[in-house]
Amino acid sequence: MRAASEPVQRRPASRLLLLTATGEVVHAYRHDLARFVRADDVIVANDAATLPASLAAIHARSGERIEIRLAARRSLDPREVLTFDAIVFGAGNFRTRTEARPLPPPLRVGDEVSFGSIQGVIEALLDHPRFIRLTFAATAAEVWRMLATHGRPIQYAHVQQALALWDVWTPFAANPVAYEAPSAGFALDWALLERLRARGARFVTLTHAAGISSTGDDELDARLPFDEPFSIPERTACAIQCARDRGSRVIAIGTTVVRALEAAATKEGVVHAGEGIATQRIGSTTRLQVVDALLSGAHEFGTSHYELLRAFTADERLREMSSVLEADGYLTHEFGDAIFVEADLARAPPRKRVVDRPSRRPSPRRSAEFACEACD
Amino acid sequence: MSSERSLLGLRVAITGGTAGLGLALVQTLHARGAQIAFVARTAARVDAIERGHTGTHGIVGDVSVKEDIHRIALQILGRLGGLDILINNASELGPTPLQLLADTDCETLEQVMATNLLGPFRLTKALLGALAAAARERRGGVVLNISSDAAVNAYPRWGAYSVSKAALAHLTRIWNEESRSHGVKLLALDPGDMDTSMHARAVPDADPSELKRPAQAAEELIAAIVDLLPSETVQRKAS
Repeated sequence: MRAASEPVQRRPASRLLLLTATGEVVHAYRHDLARFVRADDVIVANDAATLPASLAAIHARSGERIEIRLAARRSLDPREVLTFDAIVFGAGNFRTRTEARPLPPPLRVGDEVSFGSIQGVIEALLDHPRFIRLTFAATAAEVWRMLATHGRPIQYAHVQQALALWDVWTPFAANPVAYEAPSAGFALDWALLERLRARGARFVTLTHAAGISSTGDDELDARLPFDEPFSIPERTACAIQCARDRGSRVIAIGTTVVRALEAAATKEGVVHAGEGIATQRIGSTTRLQVVDALLSGAHEFGTSHYELLRAFTADERLREMSSVLEADGYLTHEFGDAIFVEADLARAPPRKRVVDRPSRRPSPRRSAEFACEACD
Repeated sequence: MSSERSLLGLRVAITGGTAGLGLALVQTLHARGAQIAFVARTAARVDAIERGHTGTHGIVGDVSVKEDIHRIALQILGRLGGLDILINNASELGPTPLQLLADTDCETLEQVMATNLLGPFRLTKALLGALAAAARERRGGVVLNISSDAAVNAYPRWGAYSVSKAALAHLTRIWNEESRSHGVKLLALDPGDMDTSMHARAVPDADPSELKRPAQAAEELIAAIVDLLPSETVQRKAS
């Protein structure tokens, strides 16, 4: 399939492929999304803004230029930005595919790294010669200033021009905690959110530190996704509870939302507000507890992205969808076209089902497991 | 509503925060317990104000420069961990003595529009996601754009400034209508003629004793913002 090579979040003719719960494939456009959403559906997006996580640096001991891509930290706390896990690349830039980038000089614990205005030190090698734990010798304010003035978004070889920060922030981006963009959100703009609300759907967000998509190294790629912290607001947990009580659907905008919600869910499928860390992998054996449908970018069959889709529907349907995407020239990757995948009946989260409810109606019933103020 | 209400923990960003009304807003909000990020162009001024107001976050940037906007937004959101209130206060008068429109260079008008209209537009857009998140969480979601009576009245020689403030006021009204569905509220307010260095440049022979103190204007503006906050913001109920 062809990767979208222009950094335009919403091309005028962006397409959307729907794979229904019964396996039907429907071709549509991005702005048709509202047609596939029902009254009372709860739409959950990841409102993480994207960090300028790619940092040009000098490895002091060798004097060599390197690129450090911040890849993870343990919390979302804005003050805890002194220590990151990071991937190190040798010289070069995004015009070289990640897999073809030269190696950095040999790295050792205690090596110093310069980022212009501030310095950092390699605290540990994380079982790989270029996966490091990096600590900045600076205050949190100095780290934020350095990121703002010196950092760039992680770039993609398949996108022709260099990405600026505004290219990788979704319209509703809030806290800057993602390492790469939660790009499924690119499909939504404020006008589309209005149309979704007009359908009677509810739009809520969580914040999930979406990690890097590729390290250029098979061994490291096999460790992706890294553990990712997330935070679920009370209103979002409440809206999801209301959907459970009503038997309406929870629609995730992006794989990171699936990861956060399924990590936060209890065995009974209850999502509590608060912070957590997603450590699990979602795949064919995952039993979905919360999410009924997923809006996502189109990707090639066989990528890690597809692993997650296997929790939603059968392999043969995914293979068929993939060949339709290929045959019809859908564009893939961050700035490409979108797919909307409904979990099939065997895999959808267990709950009371009410299909095609004609209109929104208030639900005064409160769950015994989780109280929220009101469902509207 | 008491004007002395505590604003403990409210996350507020203020542009043009090192002089005049902006500084008065920083001082007043800081005294009331808000978490503040303020933006200004001159690093030394930013550092001095930050040192004088423990816990505030000073950010160096120029809102008239497109490339600075996301750098500013990143630092505001990074350091405050979100945003409840944005105050677009940074403002440019243009050359003084003030000129007739017919004598105003096109470049002057462009620069004044870049600071007074495009800057607030771009910064609001970059921060709208965070403000909408604050609105969803019933924490806030308010944008105050500082306006002027020159936005309404046709004062000779105030052309470039007036035009930019009139456009900003109208942008505010339209955006407020469009934002109802996601809960963000925008308002443009005229703080009145204040005893500031900008006013002295515009009207050098004004009697400062007849002008409003910036601290008083700051109190009035904060009261107007507090009126727009969700009622549960200041005293949040534990769930």
